[in-house]
Amino acid sequence: MQTETKQIEVPQVEEKEVRGIVVRFAGDSGDGMQLTGTNFTQATALHGNDLSTFPDFPAEIRAPIGATFGVSAFQICFGAEDVTTAGDDVDVLVAMNPAALTTNLHMILEGGLLIVDSGAFTDKNLAKAKYESNPLEDGSLNGYRLLSINIHKQVLEAVAPFGLSHKEALRSKNMWTLGLVMWLFDRDRSATITGLRSKFVKNPVVAEANIAALNAGHAYGETAELPVGIHVYKVPKAEVEPGYYRNITGTQALAWGLLAGSEQAEIDLLFASYPITPASGLLHELASRKDFRVNTFQAEDEIAAVCAAIGASFAGSLGITSSAGPGIALKAEGIALAAATELPLVIVNTQRGGPSTGLPTKTEQSDFNMALFGRHGDTPIPVIAASTSADCFWMAIEAVRLATKYMTPVMLLSDGYLANASEPWKIPQVDSLASFKVEYFDDPKEFRPSIRNEKTKARVWAKPGTPGMEHRIGGIERSFETGDISYDPENHQKMTELRKLKVENISSDIPLQEVSYGCDSGKLAVLGWGSTFGAIHQAVKRAVSDGLEVSHIQVQYLSPMPRNLGELLSNFEAILIPEMNTGQFIRMVRSEFLLDAESLTKVSGQPFKISEIVDAIKRKYKDLEKRA
Amino acid sequence: MNQAIPKLTLKDFATDQEVRWCPGCGDYAILKTIQKVMPELNKPKENQVFISGIGCSSRFPYYMNTFGFHTIHGRAPAIATGVKLANPELDVWVITGDGDGFSIGGNHMMHVIRRNVDLQILVFNNEIYGLTKGQYSPTSQTGTLSPSSPLGSIDSPLSPCLIALGSGGTFIARSIDTEAKHLAEIVKKSSVHKGASFVEILQNCPIYNDGVFEQVKNKKVAPDFRAEVTHGDAITFGKDREKGISLNRDSLTLEVLPVDGNEGKLLIHDEHNKVQAQLLASMKGPDFPVAVGVLYREKKASFIEDMQKHLNDSRREKGSLKSLLESGHTWEVD
Repeated sequence: MQTETKQIEVPQVEEKEVRGIVVRFAGDSGDGMQLTGTNFTQATALHGNDLSTFPDFPAEIRAPIGATFGVSAFQICFGAEDVTTAGDDVDVLVAMNPAALTTNLHMILEGGLLIVDSGAFTDKNLAKAKYESNPLEDGSLNGYRLLSINIHKQVLEAVAPFGLSHKEALRSKNMWTLGLVMWLFDRDRSATITGLRSKFVKNPVVAEANIAALNAGHAYGETAELPVGIHVYKVPKAEVEPGYYRNITGTQALAWGLLAGSEQAEIDLLFASYPITPASGLLHELASRKDFRVNTFQAEDEIAAVCAAIGASFAGSLGITSSAGPGIALKAEGIALAAATELPLVIVNTQRGGPSTGLPTKTEQSDFNMALFGRHGDTPIPVIAASTSADCFWMAIEAVRLATKYMTPVMLLSDGYLANASEPWKIPQVDSLASFKVEYFDDPKEFRPSIRNEKTKARVWAKPGTPGMEHRIGGIERSFETGDISYDPENHQKMTELRKLKVENISSDIPLQEVSYGCDSGKLAVLGWGSTFGAIHQAVKRAVSDGLEVSHIQVQYLSPMPRNLGELLSNFEAILIPEMNTGQFIRMVRSEFLLDAESLTKVSGQPFKISEIVDAIKRKYKDLEKRA
Repeated sequence: MNQAIPKLTLKDFATDQEVRWCPGCGDYAILKTIQKVMPELNKPKENQVFISGIGCSSRFPYYMNTFGFHTIHGRAPAIATGVKLANPELDVWVITGDGDGFSIGGNHMMHVIRRNVDLQILVFNNEIYGLTKGQYSPTSQTGTLSPSSPLGSIDSPLSPCLIALGSGGTFIARSIDTEAKHLAEIVKKSSVHKGASFVEILQNCPIYNDGVFEQVKNKKVAPDFRAEVTHGDAITFGKDREKGISLNRDSLTLEVLPVDGNEGKLLIHDEHNKVQAQLLASMKGPDFPVAVGVLYREKKASFIEDMQKHLNDSRREKGSLKSLLESGHTWEVD
C-alpha cells in the first residue's frame, strides 16, 4: 500500500527502506499488549518478513493499574535478512502509560521512535511510575522522536457509535495503537480483522468496535500531521526457501511434535502434568487435542504427574510429564524409578529463572546440571535440548523415539523464551516423517521381563492385558537374568554398568554434530545449546562478515553428546560457550573433552543480546591474536 | 467373554518368589485370601495388575502371579491412575499401608478417592512402620513407644476410613487380616464396585506392634469389640448379638443399648447413608465396638468412565496431523 501524500501540507511523509527493525509494545498487563503483538506478528509474517518474537510479561496476573511491576511487553524483530532473535535494541517503542515508558525506555535506541498514549500520563499514573514531572513535557525525551497522541481520546471518538461503556470503549486502545503501527510498517489489517470477528463471534458489537479502533489508528497515521521524521518504513521481504509457512511458538511446536511422535511410534500418549509457569501451555495445548492419540491428566501435584506417566508407560502407552525447574526437582524420584524399571518416559522441562520460585516468567538455562545429574544413584538418562521454537517440534519427536526405542526416561529441555517466542516455520510434509513403530513383546515361551534387545540393550516391553506376559517389576534392583529382585553384589555392578552403557550407546544413534555457521575448523568456535541459538547465530554471522574466523556449533544432544563433538571442537584454537546460567555446560565440555573453553554467562532472566556475544567474540579474538 | 476364562485356582496366582515377611505377619493371611479370591472373580488373569508403594505390605505384588509393579513410597495411587487411564480394561489393585498410604502418600490417596478412579485400594493398617524398623505411623495411637518416640508419640492418629469418607469415597469398607471369610467377601464386593473401592484391613505386626488389634481379633473377646455391619440389618454385637447400636437423635451421637427391649430403637445399617457411615467409622473401643464390613457405598460415574466419554467425543473425527500443522494462518513463499 502506498501512503497517500495528498493529505498533508506540512512535513512531507517520506518512506524509508530498512533491512531490519525491532518494535516493542509495552503497557499494563490489562492493556492487551500480547494480543497486539501477536496480531502484528501475524501481519508481518504475511507481509513476507522473517521475524522472531519475545513476549515479556510479568508474573502478576492483574497487577494494580499503572504499576511498574505490572508492565507487559511484546517485542518483535523483523526484516529482510534471516532473523533469529527478537533483537537487541528497540527501534520503535510503544508505551501505553508512564510505567511502561519508565521500565522500557532504556531499551530504545537513541533517536528511536517513541509512541506514547498521552491520555495515560495523568498525575496519578505518573506518580505510580515515580515520575516527578511529566516526561512528555519536561524535555527528558528529547533524544528520541516522540509521537505523543492522546490515544484515550482518539479511541473514545472512534468507537462512540457502538454505544459501549467508557471502560469497554477504552479496551480498544490496543487495537487503535496496532492500527497506527500497522500504518507505520505498511502491514495489511485484514488478518487481524478476520481474527477479531472470530474471537468476538458471540459479541459482534465488541468485534466491530475493535475493528473501528484499528482502522481509526491506521487512518490517523495516514491523515494526521505527524512530526518530522515520522514516516512509513518499507521492510523488504526476506529471502526464504519456497514452501508453505506458518508462525509457531515453542509450546505449540513441542506439543505438535509429541503428537507427531505418537503417530510415528504408533502409540497412545498420556500427558500428565501439574500447572506451572511457563510449562502449563503444553498441557493446555494437548488437552484440546484429544482427537489425536493423546490423553491429558492434570494431576494433584508434580510427583503424581510423573508417577501417572510412569503408570501409563507400564501399561503400554507412552507417559509424558512436563514442568519447570521446581517441579522437575519434585519428579526426580519418579524419573529414577522409570530408569530403574526401564520404562519409557518423556520429561519436558521448560526452564525458568531459579532457584526456588525464582523468576517464573523469565528465561534461564540453569537446569542443565539437574537434567544431567539431578537424581539419586547412578542414574543416567538421555538429555536433549531444542535450539529454536520450531526445533521444539523435531526434538519432541526425537524424545519419543529415544524413550520408546531404548526404554528409558528422556529429558527434553526447552525454556521460557522458546516456549513463548514465535518464528515463521516451513510446514514439514507429514508423510516424510520417519516411522519408528513400537513393538511389544507377546511370546509367552521363555518370557522374562529381563530379555533385552542385543543392540540397543533395551528391555522388552510386555504390556498388561497380554496373556502369558504376567510379570513383576519394581524399584528394588532386578536380576540381569530373570528380572526378579536381586540383592546380589555382582548383579548390581552389572546392572549399573548396563544402565550406563545403554544411554552411552545412544550416541551411535544420533546425528553427528554439524557446524551451524562458518567453517569446521578455525580460530574460534562459539558453542551453544538451547535457546541461545538465535543470538549466537547472528553474532557469529556478524563476526564472520567482519572477517573473523569464527564458527557456530549448537548442540541439541547434551547426553550423550554427538560422538564427533570432541574432535570437531579440537579443530578450533579456542572455544567460547555462552549460557544463560553461571557455567554448567562448560563444565561438561571441559571434563568430557579435556578442552579449555571460555564461559560467557548471563542470568538476568533475559535472553542474550547479539551485541553481548559479538563483544565476547571480539574480546576473545583479540586475545588469540595477541597470543599468536 | 467370561466363558473363555480358564478355571484357575489359588496356585495359579502364586509366584515362585519366596515370601519374605516376618513369621506370623498378618500379610500372609491377606495374601492367601486374595490369592483365593482371584479365581472366584472370574476375570482374565492377564488383566489383573497390582501396584504398590513402599513398606512391608508393598512387597505384595511380587507374590501375585499377575502383572505387578512395586513402585516408590506413597505413589501407588498415582501410578495406578496412570495404568488405568492408559488401559481401562485392566483391573487395577493398589496395595498400600498406613505409612505409605496416609503419611508420605496421603495427598495421592485423597485425590485418587475424590476422583473416584476405578481401582481397588487395599490399605494394610498395622499402626506402625514395619520396614523401617518400628517408628510410629500416622495411625499409631497417641503415646506409642517406638525408636523415634521413646517418650511416647504425641501425634494424634487419623482414621483411614474417615479420610476416605471425607475425600468423597464411593466404597468404604473395613476388614481384618485373619478373618478370611469376611475379608474375601469385602474384597469381592470391592472388585465389582465402579470407582475407587477403599478397604482398610486391620493387620497385626507381630514384631513392632504385636497385639494392637487384639480386642477385635481375639476370638474370645472380639464379639464385644467388633460389630460386623450388613446393609439392611440392625447393628448388633456381642457373643449372642445381645448389644446394639442406637442413634441418640438429640445429641446426634451413638449409644450402646441392650437389644432386648430396644429392637425398634436400633440403628439399621444403610450403606448409602454418609452421615451414618461417618458415625460408624468413628466407633472405637473401649466404649464402642469397631465397625467392620461395607460402611459406605455410593453409585457415581467413575473418573475413568467420564474420561472415556471425553475421549470418545473428541475422537469421533480422528485428528489429522497435516491439518493441524496447516491450521490457522499460513502463507506460501514461491
